[in-house]
Amino acid sequence: MNGHKTTSNGNGHFLRGIYHRMPAYPYVIWMALFVVIPIILVVVYAFTASDGKFTLNNFAHISDYAIVFGRSLLLALIATIICLILGYPVAYVLSKFGQSTQRIIIMLIMLPMWINFLLRTYSWMSLLENTGLINRFLAAIGLFNLINNIFGTDIRHLQMINTQGAVILGMVYNYLPFMILPIYSVIVKIDKSVIEAAQDLGANSSKVFTKVIFPLSLSGVISGITMVFVPSVSTFIISKLLGGGTQILLGDLIEMQFLGSAYNPHLGAAISLIMMIIVVICMSVMNKFGEGEEQTVIL
Amino acid sequence: MKKSNFFGRFLVALTLIFLYLPIIVLIVFSFNDSKSRTVWSGFTFDWYIKLFSDRAVLNSLYVTLAVSVLAAVLATIIGTFAAIGFFNMRRKWRAPLLTISNIPVINADIITGVSLSLLFVSAGALFKFDLGFGTLLIAHITFNIPYVILSVMPKLYQLDKNLFEAAQDLGCTWMQAFIKVIIPEIRPGIINGLIIAFTMSVDDFVISYFTAGSKVQTLSMFIYAMTRKRISPEINAISTLLFVIVLVLLIINNIREARQEKALLKKSAVLEGDV
Repeated sequence: MNGHKTTSNGNGHFLRGIYHRMPAYPYVIWMALFVVIPIILVVVYAFTASDGKFTLNNFAHISDYAIVFGRSLLLALIATIICLILGYPVAYVLSKFGQSTQRIIIMLIMLPMWINFLLRTYSWMSLLENTGLINRFLAAIGLFNLINNIFGTDIRHLQMINTQGAVILGMVYNYLPFMILPIYSVIVKIDKSVIEAAQDLGANSSKVFTKVIFPLSLSGVISGITMVFVPSVSTFIISKLLGGGTQILLGDLIEMQFLGSAYNPHLGAAISLIMMIIVVICMSVMNKFGEGEEQTVIL
Repeated sequence: MKKSNFFGRFLVALTLIFLYLPIIVLIVFSFNDSKSRTVWSGFTFDWYIKLFSDRAVLNSLYVTLAVSVLAAVLATIIGTFAAIGFFNMRRKWRAPLLTISNIPVINADIITGVSLSLLFVSAGALFKFDLGFGTLLIAHITFNIPYVILSVMPKLYQLDKNLFEAAQDLGCTWMQAFIKVIIPEIRPGIINGLIIAFTMSVDDFVISYFTAGSKVQTLSMFIYAMTRKRISPEINAISTLLFVIVLVLLIINNIREARQEKALLKKSAVLEGDV
């Protein structure tokens, strides 16, 4: 009978005692097996050679790929900044719409995620190709003819595919909703009376924004930045499809070591470990800004 | 005020056009009468008809649906119990366990995939098994559970703790109180978790790619294999179908919610009128 007893401590928890913690135990074992051990394996592989002996060689090899690291970080950073510049105003404007309009637009923003990510990216290929739809459109409206007539050049198409720009576009396209949604969900929760109070105290609309709304929406901005940056820095499909293999990124490098031509899981694990460290650094820097707020995960 | 309103609408419209442009292209070319993905040569339903006789596509669709449904259901069961267990733990234990639990959510997909594949390959060499549907399912359950926990946890915090006591005072056993009181109270969180888990599974490519081995193929993996050559418009057709199904479900859900809201508004208006 005592097992049923609930304690009325301040935490609001309805049950105490080992009996009531038990439902979590299967998952604790699951996490140990499929979350903790795999990460330990990555570390072990990163510090061993194929004969199983300890080595730092894998990390020494990584310096050969410094350019890939640099490119990955740069492209992901640019994509994140573009997402923020585009996504914040959209989220802000959206929060001012009527209730039902807001719901419909949020639904519309989430809906593309239901189309396979590979296909959405592949579809951009049809748009960006040299003989693709955008180039056909530009030719049809006579843009190339006009330019050629004026400058005496012989432009047939605008090179868009297989450029860094195309890779950035792919990142922005795929991850923009991850920026809009967390920012939006924070902005709509801002207490209207706080804004009114600022107005009553004489703040004009730009003051209200910079001193009240923006600081209060910071936690959304921070989860948005992480939710865009992490997948961007680790992608390997966008670069393959839209970069045409000329813009190898960290993700491609890892994939090649595990499933590709350059089979070397030890090097792959070393690169993965460094990427994990990048993610952790990114998270902790972001959390510092967010004043330790709990991670908001939105879908 | 008017001006900024117009600008705002314009901005949102532009964003939606940007998001839907490739999708419209994809849908339009599923009706194209040739294999080209840029030249329109007439309207046809051929790709939809071919789709239903293409074994490879249907098989990968079947694998995707099977793994997504199984992983979502199992993750929801394990995750709901885990959330309740975590909720009843002291903060000292709960905080680090939740952090570990969130690793697959925060970590890059490719690292989750690679790390699991290292585990499966080494364990497979030890216990003599190959990567396949089983390892794929384990991987999907692993990355789904944290989403279930994240959507059930807030519902537990909203729970009135007296409810459980009251049920027991009224003669319920622990199990009865749990099934009749706790579960209905947190049901929205559980259902939400189930839907999120299913969505994540259907959409996943990277983790499946590293954990499914060479014999089993999800739809995403099948599409990826095709992108190396040229994607058949059949794939456009199947995505269009899936997209339309989801769209219809969302619209129905939206209408239902709007109706409920209206009913609630009316009710509260009536009640306020009474007072």
